[in-house]
Amino acid sequence: MTEAFTPPTRFAVPGRIAVGAGTGNQWQTATLTGIRRETPRAASFRLAVPGWAGHLPGQHLMLQLSAPDGYTAQRHYSLASAPDDSGHIELTLDRVDGGEVSGWFHSEARPGDRVDVRGPVSGFFAWPGDRAALLIGAGSGVVPLMSMVRHHRARGLSVPLRLLVSARSPAELIYAREYGAETTPVFTRSGPPGAPVGRMTAAHLAPLLDDGPPGGWEAYVCGSNAFAEHASRLLVAAGQPVDRIRIERFG
Amino acid sequence: MNVTRGFSGRPRVHNPGLPPGQYDARDDWPVLSAEVTPDLSPADWTFRIDGLVEEPRTWDWATAHELPASVHEGDIHCVTGWSKFGVRFAGVSLDAFWERVRPLPSATHVVAYAHTGYTTNLPLADLRDGRAWIAWEYDGRPLPAEHGGPARLLVPHLYFWKSAKWIAGLRLLDHDEPGFWERNGYHARGNPWAEQRYSGD
Ligand SMILES: Cc1cc2nc3c(=O)[nH]c(=O)nc-3n(C[C@H](O)[C@H](O)[C@H](O)COP(=O)(O)OP(=O)(O)OC[C@H]3O[C@@H](n4cnc5c(N)ncnc54)[C@H](O)[C@@H]3O)c2cc1C
Repeated sequence: MTEAFTPPTRFAVPGRIAVGAGTGNQWQTATLTGIRRETPRAASFRLAVPGWAGHLPGQHLMLQLSAPDGYTAQRHYSLASAPDDSGHIELTLDRVDGGEVSGWFHSEARPGDRVDVRGPVSGFFAWPGDRAALLIGAGSGVVPLMSMVRHHRARGLSVPLRLLVSARSPAELIYAREYGAETTPVFTRSGPPGAPVGRMTAAHLAPLLDDGPPGGWEAYVCGSNAFAEHASRLLVAAGQPVDRIRIERFG
Repeated sequence: MNVTRGFSGRPRVHNPGLPPGQYDARDDWPVLSAEVTPDLSPADWTFRIDGLVEEPRTWDWATAHELPASVHEGDIHCVTGWSKFGVRFAGVSLDAFWERVRPLPSATHVVAYAHTGYTTNLPLADLRDGRAWIAWEYDGRPLPAEHGGPARLLVPHLYFWKSAKWIAGLRLLDHDEPGFWERNGYHARGNPWAEQRYSGD
């Protein structure tokens, strides 16, 4: 009765990517040191976390705000910064209408404020920089992917890396100034003059999959659930193996 | 814990049904799975129980539906922070399956595995005595694929990553064997009331 189960549909169950053991389980105090506006609805928050154990690009953390009466609100946020930003991490938050935590960040937060963080969490979506990566994100789903791009640059890695990022318009494209040749933006509502506008399609993926690196891509898909479903189905239809697609859904 | 300057939280009424650190997702039902949603039709769905049982067995859609139907109404809690109240699932209680396979006395733990290859571990005790189901209907309709349809495991008293979507089988063991998220740092049991989120909690 010990024969291994072979799933009819494949799904890689990759082993845990080793992440520095240690402080991930404990709450730590993070001090806000800077705020940078990215788009009218998104801003990046730089935090000093002296005891940060480091992370792999793609990981997220748990963040907690506490009210004077003891009430707490906890949310997950992806790490936007590359791992070796000594003692600092960056998060990028979308402003959610009526949002309890993102609302505080966008309307109250200022340098010197302290919040609690715990992490990094989850090794599944992490990218250690060892495999050719095709990154596909939409909206704030680009945040963990940007950590990968920044890591790739900071380390001068030569492993192939491509980013396909979807945003409603150029003004809503998070990190617009930072993208280079690795990035193809897709605009769904309005684009630069002359550029096509519309949802991500098979035609956006085809050139990337056709000229894939010799061993193929490891695909990382991140965004809302609707986007993750759409993009992962496009990938499967285009021939990307199911067991080489990792998905992070923001809910 | 730091009191966060300028943060008072949302106006709230105390809700004794809400475990610590959770919020009410109301009509939302977020989807959190690491894999591509499989196209699995009821005709292709099978469910097997093996390992430390007297009689290992496999059911298909029709034979599983011959078992006594059971409805579960209650609350669900996801480790990412949302809870959902008064949800209604229909399927079969796992007790009906246990009666037929008869777990051996040496069985203490279970690995639940999905048609996608996803796995999660549970103490056997958490799957007995009317606390766990194989569910194929949500709110009177077939369970949507992105929520685990055609059929998922349902263990509402534990965090919802234990309720494996696209359930393919349960293997009974005499020891605990971490599953997919448990190998990625999550808790072995996942009791929301004790906030067992990550290993070490
Ligand atoms: C793994 C992961 C990584 C993530 N990474 C990022 C990231 O990098 N950047 C990012 O911006 N987001 C990220 N998210 C999403 C993030 O965790 C939050 O869900 C998001 O910031 C919204 O939280 P909030 O507290 O602002 O909104 P919430 O208060 O949770 O509100 C969300 C919605 O529900 C409604 N709502 C909920 N409860 C109530 C209530 N009681 N009364 C009235 N309305 C209510 C709100 O109006 C709003 O529309 C991530 C999520 C996950 C799971």
